[in-house]
Amino acid sequence: MSAVHKTTEDAVIFDLAAEELRSLNAALQALGGKTNRTAWTIVNPRGAHAIAVGVTAPVAITIEGHAGYYCAGMNDGAFVTINGNAGTGLAENMMSGTVHVKGDASQSAGATAHGGLLIIDGNAAARCGISMKGVDIVVKGNAGHMSAFMAQSGNLVICGDAGEALGDSLYEARLFVKGAVKSLGADCEGKEMTAEDKEILSALLQKAGCHETPEEFTRYGSARTLYHFHVDNAGAY
Amino acid sequence: MTEDHAPCIPVTKPRFSATFDPGTISEIQRAAATGIYDIRGGGAKRKVPNFDDLLFLGASVSRYPLEGYRERCGTEVTLGTRFAKNPIQLKTPVTIAGMSFGSLSANAKEALGRGATIMGTSTTTGDGGMTPEERGHSQTLIYQYLPSRYGMNLADLRRADAIEIVVGQGAKPGGGGMLLGQKITARVAQMRNLPEGIDQRSACRHPDWTGPDDLEIKILELRELTGWEKPIYVKIGASRPYYDVALAVKAGADVVVLDGMQGGTAATQDVFIEHVGIPLLAAIRPAVQSLQDMGMHRKVQLIVSGGIRSGADVAKALALGADAVAIGTAALIALGDNAPELEAEYNRLGTTAGAYDDWHEGRDPAGITTQDPTLSARLDPVKAGRRLANYLAVLTLEAQTIARACGKSHVHNLEPEDLVALTMEAAAMAQVPLAGTNWIPGRNI
Repeated sequence: MSAVHKTTEDAVIFDLAAEELRSLNAALQALGGKTNRTAWTIVNPRGAHAIAVGVTAPVAITIEGHAGYYCAGMNDGAFVTINGNAGTGLAENMMSGTVHVKGDASQSAGATAHGGLLIIDGNAAARCGISMKGVDIVVKGNAGHMSAFMAQSGNLVICGDAGEALGDSLYEARLFVKGAVKSLGADCEGKEMTAEDKEILSALLQKAGCHETPEEFTRYGSARTLYHFHVDNAGAY
Repeated sequence: MTEDHAPCIPVTKPRFSATFDPGTISEIQRAAATGIYDIRGGGAKRKVPNFDDLLFLGASVSRYPLEGYRERCGTEVTLGTRFAKNPIQLKTPVTIAGMSFGSLSANAKEALGRGATIMGTSTTTGDGGMTPEERGHSQTLIYQYLPSRYGMNLADLRRADAIEIVVGQGAKPGGGGMLLGQKITARVAQMRNLPEGIDQRSACRHPDWTGPDDLEIKILELRELTGWEKPIYVKIGASRPYYDVALAVKAGADVVVLDGMQGGTAATQDVFIEHVGIPLLAAIRPAVQSLQDMGMHRKVQLIVSGGIRSGADVAKALALGADAVAIGTAALIALGDNAPELEAEYNRLGTTAGAYDDWHEGRDPAGITTQDPTLSARLDPVKAGRRLANYLAVLTLEAQTIARACGKSHVHNLEPEDLVALTMEAAAMAQVPLAGTNWIPGRNI
């Protein structure tokens, strides 16, 4: 790791213009839970794919620039910040930790993620939260079409507008939208905002640094009519 | 003419239509009564051109055979030599195909692992994640990466010996799946992050990539996640094998798995199983041609599956250019599926031993395609694993027997030139001569 410059005891700057992606990920994946090297800054990402994937140590990783596909994929405990935009599949299948993109996220952000928190300061493209399995996602801007498609569990908060077919074929995930919803997908319906919903939403807004209040949002969830296949629902499939 | 001498007029015997045969009529009646298409397990049941239509040309004067049981005929195979640091080493070219916990009982998964491990081959997870039972009992375990990502997690990904990205399967190229609620027990539901007892849909496309260019990046991510150690397989259902293999190789696959339409499924519409995709016999040569055209044959290994039953099938698949085969339905039969001693119970389910295919209903009397605790307990994983190992041994010995008869010191030395076809269809599909001629349809015209 000759090109890795330690600036202090616990802070590392990694230059992706000088070092290979493999070296970066190998170094991050080798970190144990008790490492002293807890602050990593990645410079010159230049849209590289698969940056900081599969990190299991609770370290802070800051990416100074735009990231490509699958940034922080399968993250399991790290706190990843992207000072730029992120490509397809940001934090896909995240297990735990936090991923925060300061710009926009391309499609399938948070896809199939099991846990952790994904914060998108800008807009999210299509299929945000597709097949999500327990993750919390907060989109401060708008979210594209088919967001939360087949979303299984977890919470998706959209502070802007949602595109077409929100929550299509939804399972038990909770969706909260402040703005307009272009259309709801099959089996997704508006729900009453319960006290539990408000508590969850309030906590997520606070964690994401949002100033909105739960009262400004509408809650959506599964109508559960597709939970058991029936020919009368064939048109919805 | 008296009555005693009246002409005897023969009674016309009932005649069934070839078009509206009894099976077709009963399906129309069933559809009219229910309004729902028929769902079942297994692969295509219709007759399609298959390996039975090929024969080996044994050695004679022009070439000499190897001595059975005396002269070595190797069966070992190495998979994943292109990029992975740790390729898969197997003692036999017969592997166990992906089948899910959820579709199969935990005991059945354990038995598959035990049988495969005894014979030094690999087994494969399915749509539902990796169970401790199968990891613990499988020396070499391939972890499937499916559109649903049910149970997908980083720890299991790193515990796997190889990763198989499933694009499609032979029973339903282009289709997803649905595991019906009766098989969604608390454990299955927990592994899939879904409520107990509901029908669980599996998507037909991956949630975070579409097309070969994205697949290349997905493969990069999986390699980065696992330190470039594990072979990455790409599994495709046989439909356009030449192009699909080319794109999988272009995307960076170490191994391509090609599944023909006879390959089984846990549950899919009968119309899908019988009418989408092509037979394995028709798929192998285009796949091998694709690899050869790229200069990647034997560099990217090819595993083929879909209706492999005997060592003859294994040998024929290898002769056509595959590096290994995978078995699914045959492995379940070896465990005890459709066993004749369960005939009375199959009768109670409205079927008969040998025809039982309602694997999705979870009432399998053999305890294999079920999550019912009482039924599952019927399958002894140790004994069933032994039966599978026996069967794998027979497949391997049979393939060796044929290879020796063709004068080959390794089963991989079998080649198309060792084969002829019994039918024009098989000759055209396998691109080998019609027996007794030098005519390969589509060539030397």
